[in-house]
Amino acid sequence: MTTLPTIEPVTSDIHPAIEHNLEMPAMLPNDQLPPFEGDRIIQYREALREAMSEEMRRDKRVFLLGEEVAQYNGAYKISQGMLDEFGPKRIIDTPISENGFAGMAIAAAMSGLRPIVEFMSWSFSFVAADPILNNAPKMLYMSGGQFGCPIVFRGNDGAGGQLASTHSWCVEALYANVPGLKMAIPSNPYDAKGLLKTAIRDPDPVFFMESERMLGDKAHVPEEEYYIPFGQARLAREGDAVTLVSFGRPVNFCLQAAETLAAEGIEVDVLDMRTIRPLDIESIIERVKITNKVLVVDQSWPFASIASEVITQICERCFDWLDAPPARLNTEDVPTPYAKGLEYEYLPNPERIVGAVKELLGVNA
Amino acid sequence: MTQAPTSQSESKAAQSMTSQPTSFEITTQMKLEWLRQMQLIREFENRTMQAYQQAKIGGFCHIYTGQEACAVGTIAAVNDDDPVVTAYRDHGHALARGMTPDACMAEMFGKIHGCAKGKGGSMHMFDKPNWLFGGHGIVGAQTPLGAGLAFAEKYKLEVMGEGKKKVSLAYLGDGAIDQGAFHEALNYSAVHDIPCIFIIENNGYSMGTAIHRHTANADNLISRGQSYGINSVEIDGLDICDLYNEFKPFVEQCRENSRPGFVDLKTYRYQGHSMSDPQKYRTKDEVEEYKEKDSIARLLGQLMDSGDMTEDSWKAMQKEIKEQVRAAMKFAEESPAPESSELFTDVYANPEKNLSPTAVYTHGLNNPLL
Ligand SMILES: Cc1ncc(C[n+]2csc(CCOP(=O)(O)OP(=O)(O)O)c2C)c(N)n1
Ligand SMILES: [Mg+2]
Repeated sequence: MTTLPTIEPVTSDIHPAIEHNLEMPAMLPNDQLPPFEGDRIIQYREALREAMSEEMRRDKRVFLLGEEVAQYNGAYKISQGMLDEFGPKRIIDTPISENGFAGMAIAAAMSGLRPIVEFMSWSFSFVAADPILNNAPKMLYMSGGQFGCPIVFRGNDGAGGQLASTHSWCVEALYANVPGLKMAIPSNPYDAKGLLKTAIRDPDPVFFMESERMLGDKAHVPEEEYYIPFGQARLAREGDAVTLVSFGRPVNFCLQAAETLAAEGIEVDVLDMRTIRPLDIESIIERVKITNKVLVVDQSWPFASIASEVITQICERCFDWLDAPPARLNTEDVPTPYAKGLEYEYLPNPERIVGAVKELLGVNA
Repeated sequence: MTQAPTSQSESKAAQSMTSQPTSFEITTQMKLEWLRQMQLIREFENRTMQAYQQAKIGGFCHIYTGQEACAVGTIAAVNDDDPVVTAYRDHGHALARGMTPDACMAEMFGKIHGCAKGKGGSMHMFDKPNWLFGGHGIVGAQTPLGAGLAFAEKYKLEVMGEGKKKVSLAYLGDGAIDQGAFHEALNYSAVHDIPCIFIIENNGYSMGTAIHRHTANADNLISRGQSYGINSVEIDGLDICDLYNEFKPFVEQCRENSRPGFVDLKTYRYQGHSMSDPQKYRTKDEVEEYKEKDSIARLLGQLMDSGDMTEDSWKAMQKEIKEQVRAAMKFAEESPAPESSELFTDVYANPEKNLSPTAVYTHGLNNPLL
């Protein structure tokens, strides 16, 4: 008879496979985070840069690689000045070889480093689909808990402005399907900094969705360090008629629509989910119990979308609280057109949101 | 190498093949036509940049100025029905292939009379009647397509007894050779004797990254092709006559032997990578240096020296081209934007019910090129 050795269960919060773990910073509730409003107005792209730079100063294992990130100062000027500060060993220009550099970065993460991989656009990540889907999110599992993959993949997601079918991808619905990854999608500069810092500290692979259309957006961003917990939505606007649930850029469309609706006496909630995986379903339920109506506004295509998932969870968790079937508004179910007018109609734009809210309320449009 | 069976069908295409001249001599007529085409592209691009600045064109827009001899010279060396595919810097290829400036400009204006009904824009020039299988936006993605185009023609000939011996042209930038897809396409074509000619329009930069910084062995790109056993040549892409002289026999060899080819075509772009590029990665002197070797000026000089062109005939040619492009601007301006209903067309060839929870698909308007 062989005597099998005893194997101890893992008790720590963060998996022991993650080498040289730093403690995750304290994850504070919204009301203990620095104020959302203020007068330190910077761009979304600067907020991203600040998050990366702060984390790189803190931790030598963190580095950035991608196309044009160094000498060109970033195709979208997100990494402007970072080469000067951190040098070419940590701000690394790559060839147009997404498959190659994403794969390399994954192994670097397995080896204990903390790569940030910039995709000029998530539309180009398909070239690297195998490493980012088949390696990063499954490494911990496939290795039976030996190798973690603390890596951030980030880049522009969604329609960038007449970029047509191949360059306008919203990858969130496709990728969020995969267990093992986390996904963050900030809608404003404040969240861009706070979520990216959390993404870099997180021991799991994080898919981080930015938007070319928001990089120039300006808002208050606290100078101090702060980390926005994943899975903690923010109620960006409070109403009573309907709860709008949204992610990333369309949150701003919802806020615009909410203004229009308010002028007509309809007050809606706008819940900015901030992360897709984890999904803060509790916050949704809390609001649905108050408004009893929900519209999910999602920039992915409707079939098997983020909205499909959110609505399924709503039906599973608080069906009895609904006064109307849960509704969704997605990007139109077609490839992205180039023509300006068509592209606008294609998006879940404020006018379409207003129309969908009114339909949900049975109000004449 | 096995000889392809001769076609049973008496197609027009097959007949035109047998009547091809065997000598590759460049006639004055050809030179004048090339000059006209190159100047057309240059004028067209000038107006494209203007229209972009006036926000009549949006999205990503990549200007071909400086590289004109590449598209014009290589396309001149193949048959009208040899398939062609390229990347996003595609206006020059479209025009050289025979797309009207009207359809090309209207596409960039996002109008219904554009080659893709306004759905594709600058990066997606498609022209079925002229055997242009697109403008493609994902770097390197068109390379396997290029191999597939040649594969299909070879298949039609060998399996179905249709058509004739064709080559395909797959254009890509120097940056695109860093993509895996490129290497896979080369290997496959070599193993399966696919007559695709991979043309690297080597303008020395991948966006803001100079070639030595983005690719290994940058001074010897043809080693890429050679390592797969593919006949590979380096050609000066600034002198269209030299280019044609070297490229034409190369094409016929690939066609005859049903073998892939690889060309490092050395060229230069005068404008930024796209319309939003401050170009800090290169000096103005460098740009000026290349402008001195300008391919249009060079051919014009040759034609003037030989007395086949005079100041007057050049002026007349330029005027005619200006008119043509001005008419294209007007055409693009006046063509209507696609109706909202066009959003839901061309998604499916067979639009059945329940394909979408929200959309109802239809066929919509026919493409104006068909
Ligand atoms: C897979 C992928 N990655 C990145 C990009 C963004 N991008 C577009 S063009 C380009 C540079 C390509 O340079 P090159 O192949 O030399 O062609 P050129 O623009 O010089 O004609 C880059 C990085 C893309 N379109 N696709
Ligand atoms: Mg190039």
